[in-house]
Amino acid sequence: MSDYNFAYLDEQTKRMIRRAILKGLAIPGYQVPFASREMPMPYGWGTGGVQVSAAVLTPDDTFKVIDQGADDTTNAVSIRRFFEKTAGVAVTEATAEASVIQTRHRIPEEVLRADQILVYQVPIPEPLRFLEPSEVETRKMHSLEEYGLMHVKLYEDISQHGAIATSYAYPVKVEGRYVMDPSPIPKFDNPKLEMAAIQLFGAGREQRIYAVPPYAKVVSLDFEDFPFEASKADHACDLCGAEDSYLDELIVDDAGGRLFMCSDTDYCSTRRKAGHVGAQGVPLGEDAA
Amino acid sequence: MQTDALTGGFADAPIDAAHAFRRIMQVMAQPGRIETVTGGTPPAPLSQAGGIVLLTLCDPETPVFLAPSRDTKAVRDWITFHTGAPFCGPEEASFAVGTWEELNGLPFPIGTAEYPDRSTTLIVECDRLSQDGATLRGPGIKDTATLSLPERAAFQANAKLFPLGLDHIFTAGDQVAALPRTTKVS
Repeated sequence: MSDYNFAYLDEQTKRMIRRAILKGLAIPGYQVPFASREMPMPYGWGTGGVQVSAAVLTPDDTFKVIDQGADDTTNAVSIRRFFEKTAGVAVTEATAEASVIQTRHRIPEEVLRADQILVYQVPIPEPLRFLEPSEVETRKMHSLEEYGLMHVKLYEDISQHGAIATSYAYPVKVEGRYVMDPSPIPKFDNPKLEMAAIQLFGAGREQRIYAVPPYAKVVSLDFEDFPFEASKADHACDLCGAEDSYLDELIVDDAGGRLFMCSDTDYCSTRRKAGHVGAQGVPLGEDAA
Repeated sequence: MQTDALTGGFADAPIDAAHAFRRIMQVMAQPGRIETVTGGTPPAPLSQAGGIVLLTLCDPETPVFLAPSRDTKAVRDWITFHTGAPFCGPEEASFAVGTWEELNGLPFPIGTAEYPDRSTTLIVECDRLSQDGATLRGPGIKDTATLSLPERAAFQANAKLFPLGLDHIFTAGDQVAALPRTTKVS
């Protein structure tokens, strides 16, 4: 262990965050204000998610962090090391082995279980913020369930682009009451928001915590004649051949060569270990990586 | 203050509180689920689970209301020493502790339209908890769940207030269960 209190934060701060988490679970989709602390990382790097993780972690947990699906990016590695050092928790890159998963902008491809907790890093928790800059007004709109403006925005998408062009941070309605920003996950992930695991959302700079309990109804906003569609690149993963996973597009050379690969690195490598090979892939172990 | 008040807190506060909170969060996220909590031993008549919920969630920022059956000097001293939470009437309470007969109908805050979170969480001390009795539906429950509730009508009325309303944590011995305002009771 280190010289930090368990999981870095002091106990009174954790109690305050824990109370906010319970309120969030009791009022799904409602953004509970909390007194966000300065964390030893800049805003935008997951200070909200880190504070929520610090409040829920126990020494028995196995912790996984993903950034856009990847376990090996700077952000994910530093947060994982942070809790390895300050909470002494075991860490993993395997989705199935993790009990707490902190995520930036993705939901893992593998279906999560009831004993797992998914913690989201949220930049702007207020789904109405870009439509109405005043917090006083957006709070009033939530209290009156006045979400017409959001439908106008989606309608304007259709009138300009012929389809709902919003492709990430796609607004959802939770339990038929609160419109919620699911954080900037691709809309491909929206159907997965109805899951067996507990989902907690932390926005550090904006000082809000919200939650979606297991099996809560989460509906992506749409229109009868323009129903919601969970879209992804029309391609299979070039490394593992998966056709059901969300893909990143990579430019791999100066000649415009492209490669599509799973954004969920654990999902991709698990499939490759199982022997799946995509169009540009080589069996695992033979490539330089 | 009696010296009894100084004992019975968490032996290792950060770790014990983390384990206890995790259980409390799981029962709040999954109404009908029953978990056991350990690590604290409050003075009677406060149940072990009731005391641990207070140790886990209360501090000088959370006024606590004690119903008459739990409002003894020993309990007050213990809560004061271990949490520093001030005591108050039902109107200002963040948390309230007592039996259902005592707590039901008191004027607890249920939140406001703009801040529905500003409501009281009731810690309802029960003789026993079991997964039979009232049928529960709602967020956190796959199809239905059952829980031994002290009654149904009050919880049905509470759910109608959503998004306002009270949240309940039931405690008996070392067991906890919960009923947030979203759960439909039948």
